[in-house]
Amino acid sequence: MTAVEMPVEQDVAEATPEFEAAAARHDRRRGFLLALPAYGYLVLFFAIPLIIVVVYSFATRNRFGGTDLSGWNLDSYQKLGEPIVRDILFRSLWLAILTTVICLVISYPFAYFLSTRSPTVRNVMLVFVMIPFWTNFLVRNYAWRVILGNDGTLTKITEAIGLGEQELLFSQTAVVLGLVYGYMPFMILPLYAAIERIDHRLLEASRDLYANGFQSFRHVLLPLSMPGVIAGSILCFVPSLGAYVTPEILGGAKTTLLGSYIVTQFLTARNWPFGAALSFVLMAIMLTATIVYFRKGGRTL
Amino acid sequence: MSSTAVEPRGWFKALLHVNGWLVYIFFYAPIILLVVFSFSASRNVGVWGGFTFEWYGEFWDSQATRDSLWNSVQIAVLSTLISVVLGTMAALALERFTFRGHRVFDALLYLPIIIPDVTMAVMLLLFFAQFFDVINAVFGTDLRKGFSSIVLSHIAFNISFVSVVVRARIAGMESRLEEAAMDLYATRWQAFRYVTVPQILPGILGGGLLAMTLSLDDVVITQFVTGPGWTTLPVYVFGLIRKGVTPLINAVSVVMLLGSVTLVALSILADRARSVGDT
Repeated sequence: MTAVEMPVEQDVAEATPEFEAAAARHDRRRGFLLALPAYGYLVLFFAIPLIIVVVYSFATRNRFGGTDLSGWNLDSYQKLGEPIVRDILFRSLWLAILTTVICLVISYPFAYFLSTRSPTVRNVMLVFVMIPFWTNFLVRNYAWRVILGNDGTLTKITEAIGLGEQELLFSQTAVVLGLVYGYMPFMILPLYAAIERIDHRLLEASRDLYANGFQSFRHVLLPLSMPGVIAGSILCFVPSLGAYVTPEILGGAKTTLLGSYIVTQFLTARNWPFGAALSFVLMAIMLTATIVYFRKGGRTL
Repeated sequence: MSSTAVEPRGWFKALLHVNGWLVYIFFYAPIILLVVFSFSASRNVGVWGGFTFEWYGEFWDSQATRDSLWNSVQIAVLSTLISVVLGTMAALALERFTFRGHRVFDALLYLPIIIPDVTMAVMLLLFFAQFFDVINAVFGTDLRKGFSSIVLSHIAFNISFVSVVVRARIAGMESRLEEAAMDLYATRWQAFRYVTVPQILPGILGGGLLAMTLSLDDVVITQFVTGPGWTTLPVYVFGLIRKGVTPLINAVSVVMLLGSVTLVALSILADRARSVGDT
């Protein structure tokens, strides 16, 4: 601790060990009191609800759609193995991975391109990446609904260039498109932060040592930007896996994903224990991804 | 061109440029088209039928959209104010002090950011299913799900976002300035009020604007914790979209878009103040 945290009583300036210990105690109490309101709030409105979800996932659904909290069992978790549920889980995983890979493939060259611009141009370009990031998510998904619709702009374009009428809306393709559109800024920003930090002379050095473009990418740029790749991928993957709004607006009945399936358990099927178990699975995947992030990537954001 | 950058050559360079432009077209074309079609007279969404303000008029005449817009604004303002105070206190505590439970609190504060919306919505739904009953039984109050449960939920995720933004600002700030102020016989409170606060103010503003944006954006959590008769604009619009697209939704979307753009513009200004505001 620095001298800032010394108590205000300036006349006791002598730094005896007792005084130091008292000051440190005083300081800890002050810090704790400062944190207390937010701490208490999050315990009440976050930690306890989290525990309630775990408790519910072991409960039983009774005949009236209510939840019986007395009989503990693993039924809800066994239900995860059923073919319908398994299909939804795998489909969600697959679409989330696909979204992440597409975002990565487009964003990486883009972030590199950004890092080679002059500082002024770069700042303007960054602002224009940030704007969609701040723009209402629902509206951005809705915009695609309009474009992909029956007489939508994209349909007109495909007709005009002779591809015929493409039925994109309510398909998995539309969902992936919406997810890529929604989460690409989450990929670009950490990638850019990582690439921008790299000393570009290292790339020059590799070229001087007769590496071709691909080799210097593979052995210099990519390893050095790995924290950004991991951070961006997790920031893309986690919300894609739990996506609800995008598949509801752009997907159809045949493309139920984990997020929508969980919502259904609560709002229509009224199987709260099963819904809680599904949420818990989603949370477990998210936590694993986050631990990987902190182990491999550190805090690059 | 930056002198240290390796400028790619030939077809590769062309490819990078094309990719860059395509990304921006991809980002902006849908938004621009949406704005254009909101002025289209055709009942058929996505078809141009001449210029009109009709749908904006319909938006303004509709009691349901106006009410839900007003609800959204009230919820956003209230939840932002509370989460800014709590989030800033948390940020100061974590950056400037050590205390028992420091690490647990740090982790707890990160969780609402990384947890998927749907999971948090489920958590709060199950929580509020009992919470208000308990409170009402103990205190004899008559709390119902609706305004208060939405505000409480929005604060729960906004505290984290505010504290992350404010912490970033505090981390980049020197504690020596506060020390200097106190050496000059400022009390701790004076040092905080006249040295610390002006310095972290851009962070507080930025965090507040982010909180407001997130509150105005939220669909999933609000939909789960709301009670009968209570809806916010995004939840109302989401319900409309699921029934089918109409030109009215285009107009409402553009109004929401304007709200977002205003908030981004303000946050960019707050960010500018970061470099200028070190007075």
